[in-house]
Amino acid sequence: MKETRIVLDGTAPVTEGEGLVLDDVGHSYGGRVVVDGVSLAVEPGELVCLLGPSGCGKTTTLRIAAGLERPETGRVMLNRRVVSQGQGGVHIPPEDRNVGFLFQDYALFPHLSVFDNVAFGLRHWPVAERRQRIHEVLVQVGMEAYASAYPHMLSGGQQQRIALARALAPGPRLMLLDEPFSGLDSRLRDQVRDQTLHVLKEAGVSTLMVTHDPEEAMFMADRIALMRDGRIVQLGRPVDLYCNPVEAFVANFFGEVNRITGKVRGGEVETPFGRLSAPGLGEGAEAEILIRPEALFLSPAEGDEGDGAAKVVASRLLGRSSLVHLCVGDAQGAHLHLHSRMPGRFLPAEDEIMKVRLDRGQCFVFPAQKG
Amino acid sequence: MGRAQQERLMSDVNLSTPALSWGRFGRRTGGLFGGGNWGWSLFTILVALLVATPVLVVLAHVFVPTGEVWTHLSQTVLPRYISNSLWLMLGVGVGTLVIGVGTAWAVTMCRFPGVRQFEWALLLPLAVPAYVIAYTYTGLMDFAGPIQSTIRAVFGFQTAREYWFPRIRSLEGAIAMMTLVLYPYVYMLSRAAFLEQSVCVLEASRTLGCGPWRAFRSVALPLARPAIVAGVALALMEALNDFGTVQYFAVDTFTTGIYRTWLGLREPAAAAQLGAVLMLFVFALVLLERLSRRQARYHHTTNRYRSLPRYHLKGWKAALAFIGCFLPVFLGFLFPGGALLLWSFETGPVMIDARFFSLAWNSFILSSVAAVVAVLVALLLAYGQRLHASPASKLAVRIASMGYAVPGSVIAVGIMVPLVWTDNTIDAWMRATFGISTGLLMTGTIGALIFAYLVRFLAVSFNTVEASLSKVTFSMEAASRTLGHGPLATLRRVHVPVIRSSILTAAVLVFVDVMKELPATLIMRPFNFDTLAIRTFALAGDERLREAAPSALAIVLVGIIPVVLLSRIIAKSRPGDAQ
Repeated sequence: MKETRIVLDGTAPVTEGEGLVLDDVGHSYGGRVVVDGVSLAVEPGELVCLLGPSGCGKTTTLRIAAGLERPETGRVMLNRRVVSQGQGGVHIPPEDRNVGFLFQDYALFPHLSVFDNVAFGLRHWPVAERRQRIHEVLVQVGMEAYASAYPHMLSGGQQQRIALARALAPGPRLMLLDEPFSGLDSRLRDQVRDQTLHVLKEAGVSTLMVTHDPEEAMFMADRIALMRDGRIVQLGRPVDLYCNPVEAFVANFFGEVNRITGKVRGGEVETPFGRLSAPGLGEGAEAEILIRPEALFLSPAEGDEGDGAAKVVASRLLGRSSLVHLCVGDAQGAHLHLHSRMPGRFLPAEDEIMKVRLDRGQCFVFPAQKG
Repeated sequence: MGRAQQERLMSDVNLSTPALSWGRFGRRTGGLFGGGNWGWSLFTILVALLVATPVLVVLAHVFVPTGEVWTHLSQTVLPRYISNSLWLMLGVGVGTLVIGVGTAWAVTMCRFPGVRQFEWALLLPLAVPAYVIAYTYTGLMDFAGPIQSTIRAVFGFQTAREYWFPRIRSLEGAIAMMTLVLYPYVYMLSRAAFLEQSVCVLEASRTLGCGPWRAFRSVALPLARPAIVAGVALALMEALNDFGTVQYFAVDTFTTGIYRTWLGLREPAAAAQLGAVLMLFVFALVLLERLSRRQARYHHTTNRYRSLPRYHLKGWKAALAFIGCFLPVFLGFLFPGGALLLWSFETGPVMIDARFFSLAWNSFILSSVAAVVAVLVALLLAYGQRLHASPASKLAVRIASMGYAVPGSVIAVGIMVPLVWTDNTIDAWMRATFGISTGLLMTGTIGALIFAYLVRFLAVSFNTVEASLSKVTFSMEAASRTLGHGPLATLRRVHVPVIRSSILTAAVLVFVDVMKELPATLIMRPFNFDTLAIRTFALAGDERLREAAPSALAIVLVGIIPVVLLSRIIAKSRPGDAQ
């Protein structure tokens, strides 16, 4: 495998207005608002993921960026040029945008060989250069031996790589990926995902990718835009979304969390494992406390059964980590069922009493949802 | 090896959802690239309007008062026209459905002696026009024909009263004749649909415990239903349109009624009104086809194909399949074709002269030009619809493709009336302004005739092309656009190659139809411009059936060439199945 430096923290120097800019973009289908005032910038060479549950408008946003859909409101800019501006304004058709689109079903042309599929976007290139370029991108995705094969002769993973090569061949300014790995089985997915990331970073192309899988988004993205109901809920580096979620929805989306509720007293809320500060919440307000399973760190109790102790209900090894089901008495005397995730093999016996240490960096306090 | 297969299976399963979701997108936005395609929309509406004009002219005659003529018609002959037409549709519909789908499934999915030959042989009756097979069977089976003569000679009968023999000149006879030559429409379209079905879908049904029959009934048939219904609708439209057979058999239907009212009674308006009633039947057929297709909007969920696993038939099953496939070919082609051949040997030396060859050339040129024009227009219409479908353009396209079921003679009126009017107007204006008489500029030209064919057969090419466009998924279209190809370049480089076999199918269908076309050609042809069909009709009308044989045989023979070509293309069209 080639050695490639990957910038994963998104701190690369930013040139003003380069790359893709979505400015207050809105769209609806038959009166139903699908994209609602989305603003987003993808810097040159940056990979941004649109993440969200199905029906949140992420794919429509992607299609608007490609020019396949015409936004009803807002502006789309590509390398400082306005390419879409509301209904009635400018609309550069997809064929004149120089963007690469990787489809969920790959959309390879069944009547063309791998070579001709890749050549499809290079029709105005001189013959020699075209050949050179096709060879180049096929080598890049490791498919140079399959130039004369037809799509139906390839496996899903191979088809995906050809689709990637085809989209990259014309040297697009922007790559758009629509759930590009959802057609692959999980084992193959990790491998293809890794390879795709390397190829994209090597090409240095700005990329906007759609996925519903938070782990995939964290694996691929320099920045993530988490969407819900057509709006961006939070935009930032994966570490920002994971460690500083702005809403319970964000924390919840990145994996299972323990939810408990409490009342704010003196700017803090009570948990069975100690007090957490509740910034921005008024005295007496109902608070929702989200605790990631990995924030509950267990160690054998040394006799004392006071604060911060829990009884083991069950423990399971999940591979890289162990999940421990706990029963805890809360301040009101009710019993809470909580999950703790411990690294490696950690399997305490049932009914054992464990001491719990709380990692406050992975606990989040939000105003309680009404209703 | 094992792993690759597993991976392939997994992705087959997973691939199925995206294609459907893209389809949903396309529908939701009412076109792929919502907005900005007004050029296409305008073109669609313009072409559709032009093509729809004759039909509209005919329909407009509903409002022309004809008084007593219509009252007379509706009291005397109309009930008979309606009941005859309904029985004809029912008979031909059931007949073509059973023969067409049954043979298509047998030759696509089974292996038995002669199956390779039947694949193309089953298309052969398509080359025989209904009126030709009617003339031939009449010649063979009437009182003086060889069959009855033999019966009389063997049993010593003197008159027809002494024995029973089926009367060929009857409604049942007409149903039989039309079924025999129209089933290939159903056969061809359903076979193409069976071939296009993913083997994975069929294999999946096998692993879910479906035997061959259940797989056919619950998977293959529903998947192929849009194509089958389209095929039956085509056959029925042909049956409703037929003039030569029913006229010769004296079975009164709308077409003969229109012809008689128009030429006999000299009442063009009343004839057009009969045509308008006939359009109700057609509306029903088109609606049926549309509805069934809307319910079944399948994109192919995978683009992986492998050779179809065929069921090996042995013993009585193989014999049954063989007979089931042989009978339609024999009765629809070999038997009447053989008779025509014998008669041609008899009368050929006299009938085949230089004039004969010029007639053949006329037929060929007319058919080729009409086929190319019809396919081009259909392709642009269907593609324009896909790019930007507005309610107005949808309606326009529907109306335009209705011409197929309108009898040729009525279409001819629908074109002649406005053409003559335009020619006269221009002539009057030229004479008044420049003192020059231009006479009839467009009436009675080849161009006008080609236009009539376009109106009549646009539905054939349009249905075929439109149905096959669903082979191009919406994401393939979008992929081409993002790779720098505009709408026209996408059409040329993606759609046309992918649906090439369907385009050729459409062209051949139109070619053969124009070759056989009779009533419109009869009325609209330029002065002294004859075709083989017209000569056959004229000779048979004079009961000179044997003399008509050479030109009838020529029509059949020319019809065979594209049929063979067509069969080869269909067999090859399946990607990954190429030799």
